[in-house]
Amino acid sequence: MGLFERIFKHPSWGVHPDDHKRPAADVPLRILPPPARVYMPLHQHVGGAARPIVLVGQQVLKGQLLAEAQGNISAPIHSPVAGTVTAIGEVTAPHPSGLAFAAITVENDFTNRWIETDPVEDPFALAPEEIARRTAAAGVVGLGGATFPAAVKFALGKRLAVTTLIVNGGECEPYLSSDDCVMRDFADQVIDGARIVMHAIGAKEALVGIEDNKPEAIAAMRIAAAPFSEVKIRPVPARYPMGSDKQLIQTLTGKEVPADARAAEVGVLVHNVSTCAAVHQAIRHGRPLVERIVTINGGAVDKPGNIMAPLGTLVDELLAFCGLKARPARLILGGPMMGTPLLHGRIPLVKGASGILAFDAREATIPPAGPCIRCGSCTKACPMGLLPLEMASRIRAGELDAAVDFKLSDCISCGCCAYVCPSHIPLVQYFSHAKGELAARERAKLRTDATRRLAEDRIARLERDAKEKSALAARRKAERAAAKAAAAAAEQATGAAA
Amino acid sequence: MSQTIGIAVAAPHAATSNSAGRVMATVMAALAPATLFGFWLYGWPAVYLWFITVAAAMLGEAFCLRLQGRQATPALLDGSAVLTGWLLAISLPPWAPWWIGAFGGLFATVLGKQVFGGLGQNLFNPAMVARVALLISFPVQMTAWVAPLPLFSAGAPGAIEGLSILLKGLPPALDAVSSATTLGFAKTEMSRGVDLMASLPNAPALSWLGQRPGSLGETAAWLIAAGGVAMIFLRIISWHIPLAMLAGIALPAAIANAVDPAHYLGATAHVLSGGAMLGAFFIATDYVTSPNTARGQLVFGAGCGLLTWVIRTFAGYPEGVAFAVLLMNSLTPIIDTYIQPRIYGRDRKGVPLEPVK
Ligand code: SF4
Ligand code: SF4
Repeated sequence: MGLFERIFKHPSWGVHPDDHKRPAADVPLRILPPPARVYMPLHQHVGGAARPIVLVGQQVLKGQLLAEAQGNISAPIHSPVAGTVTAIGEVTAPHPSGLAFAAITVENDFTNRWIETDPVEDPFALAPEEIARRTAAAGVVGLGGATFPAAVKFALGKRLAVTTLIVNGGECEPYLSSDDCVMRDFADQVIDGARIVMHAIGAKEALVGIEDNKPEAIAAMRIAAAPFSEVKIRPVPARYPMGSDKQLIQTLTGKEVPADARAAEVGVLVHNVSTCAAVHQAIRHGRPLVERIVTINGGAVDKPGNIMAPLGTLVDELLAFCGLKARPARLILGGPMMGTPLLHGRIPLVKGASGILAFDAREATIPPAGPCIRCGSCTKACPMGLLPLEMASRIRAGELDAAVDFKLSDCISCGCCAYVCPSHIPLVQYFSHAKGELAARERAKLRTDATRRLAEDRIARLERDAKEKSALAARRKAERAAAKAAAAAAEQATGAAA
Repeated sequence: MSQTIGIAVAAPHAATSNSAGRVMATVMAALAPATLFGFWLYGWPAVYLWFITVAAAMLGEAFCLRLQGRQATPALLDGSAVLTGWLLAISLPPWAPWWIGAFGGLFATVLGKQVFGGLGQNLFNPAMVARVALLISFPVQMTAWVAPLPLFSAGAPGAIEGLSILLKGLPPALDAVSSATTLGFAKTEMSRGVDLMASLPNAPALSWLGQRPGSLGETAAWLIAAGGVAMIFLRIISWHIPLAMLAGIALPAAIANAVDPAHYLGATAHVLSGGAMLGAFFIATDYVTSPNTARGQLVFGAGCGLLTWVIRTFAGYPEGVAFAVLLMNSLTPIIDTYIQPRIYGRDRKGVPLEPVK
């Protein structure tokens, strides 16, 4: 990059953490020997949990449907191995701190028999709706970590007439290289998958954004994309969070996604490179999503690298395969900037897990927080242009509404602010806490609204009942009076007659 | 491996290696050359004064932390108290008596910073608060400038003699070396009815090398500027405040001087003297008391510069930096409220953008 670009074209937002991607990224892909048992959580995507359709004791084949999608936004779950279903329901981790999760346990019979698949010779002859249907049936969700059902996004893109597909090969999180690995080793699948997605959403071009710290991936993808003029490989500066949809869209197209709007409304749709490869598998080979490439990395790992593993494999087994040279001081699902801490390794590999990091004591140490020195580093780093220090000070003072006025809701939780803070203030923790509070408040408001509506209904009903009752009483009274009058009249008449 | 690992701390699980202490240390390193030059220029009394001021500032900080029942060490080690004392020391007349430094140092950290709630809470720059308090309380000592008398040169006070100057004030024998700063000289002469055309040729020479009377560490304008530029390159500060402030002084000075050179000093004299460089690079850029956004910093810097020129030119005090910075400090919250960065996907007013295909 020239000096000019460095000064004027370099994004002004974001941070540049040590990427720690190598040597793990350069180690050839390894394949995990299939585990004896897999645990498939029913809820490993955005939306409704899947509903089991198998029975305990049932024999299943690899790729067989275990649980079907439930609701508009959901995804089905398929068996990653051939074998026997041994349990359905809560899998309680043996440790007290382990959260229970609903899962289907399958005992591997090591025959590796696949279900009957339905490969498609020419996906471009299929209707876009058919591609979406097949992708949904294969359980493909966003593999970059968002885990949003891919087919739902196809439908959205089609409806809003999206013109540009953005293929996200940013992978800006430090330590992770699973997307890099997919692009290096399976570039053809990624490009083919991207073209199928284009067909599904009706896009005219695809822009593949790859951070320039992955020259091997860029080279491989350029070769794979060469025959297709509509697919363009676009190296982008390595800068966290380049892999965030909004920032990648801005960098590649110059467009900003308006606040409270979806990317499709400005004519673009973003899919991750690994998701594209999964779409290729689902359409061309009819294979549902039952395995993925995951980066095992971190200072406590002996032989870090990328592993192709069946979904449902326990994190402990993955770590054991790569070897641990120290007891991990911290386990993280995902990358260090946005990943979730894991309390133990008896958690299965899920669709959205791009990496498992085992940090040694040195990596896990974050210095204690000090007072804010108002240095403004957080403001400069925020890719959304927010004022983290102001929001945090409002939240600390309990003034949630003031934090909302600073557009807390626009925060993408990327962690740039907390990363750069020289006083190591856990800013994102404040924001997550506040967002949780606000969501709870919203729910409570809905609840009171509903209660109020019920109460009002009840009062109205009581009033109506009372009114009906008094009307009835009045009618009865009138009837009685009329009857009396009639009787009196009759008596009079008989008396007169007598 | 089924035992629990670590604790459920939220992301990010990585942090910059930077720290508040490191920021302060870098600023001090940038300040060191000018300070050492000041030591050389003004000799032992200046060295002693610097130590006393810094020690007093630290003492004040430690005392307040103790009062709050907090451990003194971690907060003292972040270096902010040292830096405050240091900035105050180098803006004092180099041969000021010891109690000026002691009083100023204590004042800076106790009343300038800790009463507001400590690091990050103060509205005004502590060093400048102390300097203004000293200037108002002890105008004589605070304007007793001396001509440079470099260390080891003939007539310069030795280590022992320096100590006595510090304790007893200027001995009559050395009274001859007392002198006026460029700005002070111009002001006095003008009040006597001598205009600049006549007085300037006799004024103490203005020099980039700092061989002139002035406060302890601010006379070597180029060393200060070099330190400041280094801080910009190290990304400790951004260029906005220094540039805006220097422009804010230089532009009105140049215009006024072009119109009426007999009554208005030129831009060079203004920028090179009276701590303008020190103010622009090290004082106005204080994180706590300056705005957080680039555009806010431009406004703030320009305001500091303009006010400095106005005070120097029209008010009673020949040196305006401290007053100007304090005035602008009080506007910082307002600037921060009105000038905010544009949020992604919204216009400057915070309204969501219209979707464009
Ligand atoms: S980066 Fe940290 S210390 Fe600096 S202004 Fe933001 S919150 Fe304060
Ligand atoms: S405020 Fe939110 S969006 Fe901005 S840097 Fe912090 S986490 Fe990222």
